[in-house]
Amino acid sequence: MRLNKTSKKNYLTYAIVIVAYVIMQIVAGGGHLSSSLKGMLVPICAYVVMAVSLNLTVGILGELSLGHAGFMSVGAFMGTTAAIALQNAIPSAPLRLTVALIVGAVFAAIVGFLVGIPVLRLNGDYLAIVTLAFGEIIKSVFNNLYLGIDANGIHMSLLEDKTNLLEGGKLIIAGPMGIGGIKKIANFTAGFVLIMICLVVIFHLVNSRQGRAIMAVRDNRIAAESVGINVTHYKMMAFVTSAAMAGAAGALFALNYSTIVANKFDFNTSILVLVFVVFGGLGNMLGSVIAAAALTILPEALRSFASYRMLIYAIVLILVMLATNNPTLKGFFASLRGRFDKNSEKEASAS
Amino acid sequence: MSFLNFLISGISLGSIYAIIALGYTMVYGIAKMLNFAHGDVIMVGAYVCFLAVSKSGLPPVVGILAAVVVCTVLGMVIEKLAYKPLRQATSLAVLITAIGVSYFLQNAALLLWTPNPKIFPALFARTVDGKKVTGFQLFDGQLRISYVTVITIIACIIIMVVLTLFTSRTRTGKAMRACSEDKGAAQLMGINVDTTISITFAIGSGLAAIAGVLLCSAYPTLVPTTGSMPGIKAFTAAVFGGIGSIPGAFIGGLLLGVIEILAKAYISTQMSDAIVFLVLIIVLLVKPAGLLGKKISEKV
Amino acid sequence: MSETKKRRAGLETVSPVVPVQTTYYVPERDVDKSPILQCINLGISFGGLKAVEDFNLTLGRTEIAGLIGPNGAGKTTIFNLLTKVYQPTHGTILLDGKDTANMTTAQVNRAGIARTFQNIRLFHNQTVLDNVLIGLHNEMDYLMPSAILRLPNYWRAEKIARQRAMEYLALFHLDQHAEELAGSLPYGAQRRLEIARALATNPSLLLLDEPAAGMNPSETAELMENIVKIRDTFHIAILLIEHDMSLVMNICEGIAVLNFGRLIAKGNADAIRNDPVVVEAYLGRKGAKES
Repeated sequence: MRLNKTSKKNYLTYAIVIVAYVIMQIVAGGGHLSSSLKGMLVPICAYVVMAVSLNLTVGILGELSLGHAGFMSVGAFMGTTAAIALQNAIPSAPLRLTVALIVGAVFAAIVGFLVGIPVLRLNGDYLAIVTLAFGEIIKSVFNNLYLGIDANGIHMSLLEDKTNLLEGGKLIIAGPMGIGGIKKIANFTAGFVLIMICLVVIFHLVNSRQGRAIMAVRDNRIAAESVGINVTHYKMMAFVTSAAMAGAAGALFALNYSTIVANKFDFNTSILVLVFVVFGGLGNMLGSVIAAAALTILPEALRSFASYRMLIYAIVLILVMLATNNPTLKGFFASLRGRFDKNSEKEASAS
Repeated sequence: MSFLNFLISGISLGSIYAIIALGYTMVYGIAKMLNFAHGDVIMVGAYVCFLAVSKSGLPPVVGILAAVVVCTVLGMVIEKLAYKPLRQATSLAVLITAIGVSYFLQNAALLLWTPNPKIFPALFARTVDGKKVTGFQLFDGQLRISYVTVITIIACIIIMVVLTLFTSRTRTGKAMRACSEDKGAAQLMGINVDTTISITFAIGSGLAAIAGVLLCSAYPTLVPTTGSMPGIKAFTAAVFGGIGSIPGAFIGGLLLGVIEILAKAYISTQMSDAIVFLVLIIVLLVKPAGLLGKKISEKV
Repeated sequence: MSETKKRRAGLETVSPVVPVQTTYYVPERDVDKSPILQCINLGISFGGLKAVEDFNLTLGRTEIAGLIGPNGAGKTTIFNLLTKVYQPTHGTILLDGKDTANMTTAQVNRAGIARTFQNIRLFHNQTVLDNVLIGLHNEMDYLMPSAILRLPNYWRAEKIARQRAMEYLALFHLDQHAEELAGSLPYGAQRRLEIARALATNPSLLLLDEPAAGMNPSETAELMENIVKIRDTFHIAILLIEHDMSLVMNICEGIAVLNFGRLIAKGNADAIRNDPVVVEAYLGRKGAKES
């Protein structure tokens, strides 16, 4: 089959992720990686997954979501709960991690479905504000949720610890204290595999009747309906898929720390991921991967500027947005890209 | 009687939300952008007033005026530097820029004024027998109302009325409405769109300064992130009432404040935010364009 | 005795048949077959304004019919009613004898109505081929897991769909532009692509909203041939809104004339041309007297 432009780009994305993984493994194996950067590998992977999954909602489906961290939160709490609860049942750490990621993804997908029912009926900024609202609600719920496990099974309560666990029972989620004493079973390889799976799912989805339907809804809802596409169905498909990936990312993220609290997954986290997506380009998965990785490292790289680093980060953010949307610069980049494409075509025809 | 107490403090908080939401809604109406930096302008206003009154010992009126002037200028500068170059850009690009501005203001405040909480001075108090009195009591002390509460509610009503008159009666106000409807047509009618947008930002930011002062008078802890949550809440209030609508923002703000305080009092303190957002979602499901918003359907 | 009691007691003999004012004209070859579309007293009002009222129309299975009338007469509104972009406030639409009352736009399409739009609605940022593939959406049957795991049924369906899409494109001389973005096509080609996309949904009734708008005479002539060719190839009915009278008079077997939301005439070209009511609607009362 002939490779068209998009599939070329997809293979390039896979290749870059694989190469980056291999390089990092070699560097880390040689002991050349600073401990702070080493500690960031898993969070970077989690944020990359967050970015590509949000790009599915914002770039491919075309709906602005300001509550993506909510799904990450669901995945983090439910995935970690599963990991702790199954600690004895599944002794193998990689297997337990896999189960935790799946549990996180499934719960996030369920929440995504429930949230999607009201959210996807709205449009534009109204949809955005409702996703923001759900993000805050999810945060509040986990801040006040008590979940414990004992011989009788799982006990849950809101606001106060009314789990009344039996002797030998264990309180896993402790309201505002979150989950403590987590065994760090997440690792870079798992993160890499998760990124690859998410990329494959998104690329394969985009290049199918489902993906085309989703993009048709984005480009022209009325025309999409007129050719028999069930708009709600495909909006939901994209939204739930995106939520599930965020859930897996949340589980991966949480299992890299010894404690997690609900406030970690707040509005600012949602916004942070949105910044990755916009920086990388809407619908551009490779861009999301690079932007997520680079912008997660950037504050770390600016550490020498100490207290000025977030200020610099903010200025960089504004300047990049101004520069990328400047008509003169845009024209310049477009002509550059045109020249590049022509050159590569020449090369292709020459070979 | 406690219910009345809660209701009054709810209306007071709601009035603050309403003032912020009015600024939000005006900016949204004309620039069609979610100005996430609006909440941080509130914080700047509060700091300016704090510095003027507590540090420099100026009278409260001067402090409030200083806050309004600084924020008005700040709003116009932000618009000119960060938003104006993006007039033709996608709304998402503008949104991200607004977030950048928000980060910038928060972190600049962090550097300038340190993360240590400041205790906002009691601006609205009178001295009786050498003691500061910040409010009055009714029904044998069962109902306590602070001056801030009264002033906040009155200020909100005045602002609401003045804004309504302004947008419906004055030349500039009419230009604003024209710009929010159709910028191209407004320009063809000889309206200076850039100036009009700039004025809108100025008014919105000035209102934010007043809201900041009132907010910190009622809840006197001041930190660089003071503005974020009220900003988001006010944004919610604006959507609640129908974004772009001035009476909508007023009603939305009031309702939100009352719901929040009552939820705190009778249901749960920790879950009050969640309850507020839940009510918003329910309202939007019943009325997808907010309480007073107009639903615009696409022409086929 | 009340109406209900009468009915319960079986006293009501034969319910009086309301004479439905329906089309007077269906092409002869379709007369014996059941009609593809019947509109019975169809109407919609927007806040008291009756945009369309008492619209009755019957279309033969392979009829090419025209819907004409002055601007603002409610022609596009009728398309929007037929495709359920608007829900009718009264009346019935029978598509191949089936009531479409509770259907959505997407369901009506699956039941057999495809349309184009007055202001072209293509998926501009996607390729010409993808536009038609989206039209073939419901002709493919694999589910999301097959797509993600790239199971054999995915490859099979995609291959067939691509072949069919290219066939549709070839029909409209668009096959050499398959990989271009739909938005970059010239205007006339965009109109043709929209028709190709609509046809890809395998309709039994095709609605064309001003297909010749913005076309030059030679393009219009080609379009006319194409419309007839579509009918002859796919054996479907076509209802079109058009202001170009030469097109309407040349290829439409039945012509319905709409004015102020009401059907004022239907018949063949000659009948319409000589109908004094139609002439009046177009030229005004004075014009009618003079002619």
